[in-house]
Amino acid sequence: MRLTLRVWRQPGADAPGAMATYEVEDISPDMSFLEMLDTLNEALILGGEEPVAFDHDCREGICGACGLVINGEAHGPERTTSCQLHMRSFRDGDTIDVEPWRASAFPVVRDLVVDRSAFDRIIQAGGYVSAPTGSAPEAHATPVPKADADSAFEHAECIGCGACVAACPNGAAMLFTSAKINHLRVLPQGVPERETRVLDMVAAMDAEGFGGCTLAGECATACPKGIPLPSIAAMNKEWLRAARKARR
Amino acid sequence: MALATRTDRHPSLVRVFWASTVGKKAVMAVSGLIMLGYLVAHVMGNLKIFFGPEEFNAYGHWLRTMGGPVLHEKWALWLVRVALLAAVLAHGVSAYQLSRRDLRARPVRYVHRRRRTSYATRTMRWGGVILALFIVWHLLDLTTLTVNPRGQEGHPYENVVATFSTWYGDVIYLVAMLAVGLHVRHGFWSAAQTLGAGNAARDRTLKVLANGLALVLTAGFVSVPVAVMTGVVS
Ligand code: HEM
Ligand code: FES
Repeated sequence: MRLTLRVWRQPGADAPGAMATYEVEDISPDMSFLEMLDTLNEALILGGEEPVAFDHDCREGICGACGLVINGEAHGPERTTSCQLHMRSFRDGDTIDVEPWRASAFPVVRDLVVDRSAFDRIIQAGGYVSAPTGSAPEAHATPVPKADADSAFEHAECIGCGACVAACPNGAAMLFTSAKINHLRVLPQGVPERETRVLDMVAAMDAEGFGGCTLAGECATACPKGIPLPSIAAMNKEWLRAARKARR
Repeated sequence: MALATRTDRHPSLVRVFWASTVGKKAVMAVSGLIMLGYLVAHVMGNLKIFFGPEEFNAYGHWLRTMGGPVLHEKWALWLVRVALLAAVLAHGVSAYQLSRRDLRARPVRYVHRRRRTSYATRTMRWGGVILALFIVWHLLDLTTLTVNPRGQEGHPYENVVATFSTWYGDVIYLVAMLAVGLHVRHGFWSAAQTLGAGNAARDRTLKVLANGLALVLTAGFVSVPVAVMTGVVS
């Protein structure tokens, strides 16, 4: 395949950026999108140019490091991560636009790399259970109903990639935060911190400068892990309950 | 690790809500639903115009005397007005503050633009502004009668006919009622999510309800100017 890429280039956080156009050749349809970028970077390095910086780690769709807006869609046209997107999703001769996540809470570090540590701070505010660590507990000591385990699992699938924020017209982190809250809320281990968790995590989310939810639904469409939109309604319910309880 | 023991968490409930995006959105949802409830009553009242001037004017008169004999004339009416004014203000201010925040959270647009979300969703802000302007005009037209072409106190039927006998009266009203329909279409479903009443199982029902409400409200409100334009009501 032969492709034209238009890629956001920005040498540093405070430097101005612009889209740059590159031609790439000999792309196999079986390559992942990141392998295609590797091919571009090899050519750039050989030509004495700066390679395009982009984030990645596992390349298996589980770490959430890779985040690219491809043709205006977070992670591109398929419901998967950028590293698991394959070039067969495009056609020979296509022009592809590649941009970084856009949100004021995710400032661009360089080219396609953004700083997502705002997510870490939301997790630090309450995305944990306070349990003594050490040897693994006896598996049957705390029974979890199957339906609850399934629900926790569905939300635990969130890999914190930030596609929800990138896709949201308000740069909101509601889907991410709701996934984390709903994951822990249904489990018995999460009960002791149930109220403080939702209040603190939502407050941390607001403090980071993320926008609010207008139920546009773009986040759930973009999510590579299929975290459902009603997850946000469940978090709202949880917040309203905790806000009332915290007063007593 | 011991749990944090908190003693700092006793701000007023209003403060807790207003300080949070989730809480402020709940204020927007509740005030929106209050206005929506009012609109449902309002559209039913408007439809009485099809039963002639006597019935319609009697209804207009009853609005002033409702709540009696317990309440003095117009007291109930003023209670409703105050509640609605509070709802409009709470709704407008929270909408403005949250919208400003949303725009600041996403300052850079993507170069590769795509059509995003439904029309009703995208027009909530401008639609809301249109509604706010309409509310002002509507009050000046049919409540204070300041801009009404006839403006005869105690004769709402005749005043309504006079408004809809002007082209601008019809245009303003029709545009605003389409805006109401779109706003309610996204707003009702959205409010359910904001207040935590939405879930996967209920989603279809909520969307059908939102569309139904939007359609009934718009059709009901629009039927009055259309009836005047076509001479069914005169
Ligand atoms: C003063 C004029 C108005 C303004 C400026 C306004 C603005 C807005 C805005 C910006 C939103 C949020 C949109 C979003 O989430 O995408 C909204 C939501 C809403 N509006 Fe209005 N609106 C106005 C009048 C009305 C009226 C007359 C009604 C009554 C039918 C109404 C009912 C609602 C409802 C139910 C919501 C949903 C709240 C939620 O998302 O939880 N609004 N409005
Ligand atoms: S690189 Fe780990 S999810 Fe894509």
